[in-house]
Amino acid sequence: MTGPVGPAPVVEAVEVSRSYRLEDVQVTALDRVSLQIEPGEYLAVLGPSGSGKSTLMHLLGLLDRPTAGLLRVDGRDVAGLPDRQLAHLRNTTIGFVFQSFHLLARTTAVDNVALPLVYRGVPARERRRQATAALQAVGLGHRLGHRPVQLSGGEQQRIAVARALVGAPRILLADEPTGNLDSRTGAEVMSLIESLNAERDVAVVVVTHDQDVADRARRRVRMRDGRVESDTR
Amino acid sequence: MRLGEAFASALAALRANRLRSALTMLGVVIGVGSVVLLVAIGSGAKQQVERQVEGLGSNLILVVPGRFSVGTAPSVSRLTLQDVDYLGRVVGNRDTVATTVSSGEEIRVGATARYVTVNGTNENVPRVFDRPLARGRYLTRADVDTRRRVAVLGSQVAHDLFGDRDPLGRQVSVAGVRFRVVGVFAEVGSTFGVSRDAEVHVPVSAAQRLFGVSRIDALAVKAPTIASIGPLQTRIVSALEQKYRGEKFSAVTQTQILGTIGTILGLLTVVLAAIAGISLLVGGVGVSNIMLVSVRERTQEIGLRKALGARQGDILLQFLIEAVLLTTIGGVIGMCLGVGTALAADRFTELPTQIAWWSLALASGVSVSVGVFFGVFPARRAGRLDPVAALRSE
Repeated sequence: MTGPVGPAPVVEAVEVSRSYRLEDVQVTALDRVSLQIEPGEYLAVLGPSGSGKSTLMHLLGLLDRPTAGLLRVDGRDVAGLPDRQLAHLRNTTIGFVFQSFHLLARTTAVDNVALPLVYRGVPARERRRQATAALQAVGLGHRLGHRPVQLSGGEQQRIAVARALVGAPRILLADEPTGNLDSRTGAEVMSLIESLNAERDVAVVVVTHDQDVADRARRRVRMRDGRVESDTR
Repeated sequence: MRLGEAFASALAALRANRLRSALTMLGVVIGVGSVVLLVAIGSGAKQQVERQVEGLGSNLILVVPGRFSVGTAPSVSRLTLQDVDYLGRVVGNRDTVATTVSSGEEIRVGATARYVTVNGTNENVPRVFDRPLARGRYLTRADVDTRRRVAVLGSQVAHDLFGDRDPLGRQVSVAGVRFRVVGVFAEVGSTFGVSRDAEVHVPVSAAQRLFGVSRIDALAVKAPTIASIGPLQTRIVSALEQKYRGEKFSAVTQTQILGTIGTILGLLTVVLAAIAGISLLVGGVGVSNIMLVSVRERTQEIGLRKALGARQGDILLQFLIEAVLLTTIGGVIGMCLGVGTALAADRFTELPTQIAWWSLALASGVSVSVGVFFGVFPARRAGRLDPVAALRSE
């Protein structure tokens, strides 16, 4: 047997399925999907709503467990891991960007960005330093003390990107990151994510149904009815 | 997540919902405040009664017919005035035996009338009880022997009937019979708004004729030393039971009276505290309810925190601390209010209060426990939320 060439994938799904019971009806949201995400990769997951792309992102982000199949993070099978270790992996390995930003409304930009470090036990002063640096990296060094409501949608999403990157994750999972933004602001946010992908060796997975957004990625995975329809580089 | 930071962020969350937090706290404030206040009232009553029983005089033995118990009606007395001499022989000193027969009567000077307790007593009262005079003299043996119609007034009675005039030598009418005032007691104060200065002492012989009775209600003996109290009690009871075959008598000391009253008032205090405790419980249910609402409202926040690496325990702790902070802050405010009200009542009203330190310790312990007890359920629910479902909820 020959091993894979190069470094191990950051996240690897092997024949994963996810099904739900909805009022006695078995719904299969994801049907035996296999996917490898290499370090520093830039990948878009495309597909109509209901195709299973969000479910796939939740599985890759360890927010959910597959009903069948194998899931590895950094080469490690996560099937048997208890909640607290999954939480630790999410905290250290994975960064999330959501369509609706999910910022804490009453919390300042810098404290929003520092939130992942809180759960890592980083002291307050150091948290603030790292969060400030992350905000400067996304061009919001002048907005440290602002609350989300005082900022535009594009600025809010950039705060969310800073929060996803402050903990230096191996992979950034972005679920429709431009869905709530106009096309110009959306393009700016995508450029930001791409520059961070290039500079920091963070693998980026963008889940979208927007062909323009997907076209920017180096690799496109198209999904339909819970299965991978095509995977092009 | 560090504990100190968890407290800081919980405090921030409570501050974000100021009105709601304040209203939720109010239940705990009222509960804790009423525990502290009611216990202070109970303790104050107990302390005052104890002080008054102690104020009767030291080494005192009270002799009453029947079995002594606080709260039951006294037995009908078969004791007579001869028993003063009889007990005097039993204890070896007639001067240490006082007696009393009491009745509520109207006392009048001109158009001014008061309803007071008239005590028929003998000349030994100042020796047996601590009852100092403000002016004049007390009753003498000759007053008692010759059934002289003289009276010693309580300070309140003297003031009500005579105002600033000197009552000595003046006439008062007790139940229609004229008495001459020979003395006025020094002021001793009031119990629960009822003045102990509203009584009148007259010779027991005159009182018996006035009331139309030949009995006396009770005898009091002053023991020469503390050590002699025990043997004297036994001797008095057996002597009286020998004289009155088939009757029961009790000779009780202040310590025994204090014990009985203490038990009753202690029980009262506990009952008051328990009633107040119920309102604290209701306050706790309010905290639980609001925490459940808060968890539901912040479902997305919980999902986000989990996505960013919060463990179940972190989320549970966050909500538990919020609940405990609510009840603890409410408890502190309630304690301050309770103590403040109790002190104000003590100073500005007739209601005596005494802050019981154990009630403060209990109230603070209970308010923290209420927070933990009623916070755990919502907090566990928050900790167990499925992050995917939580993030999706709108």
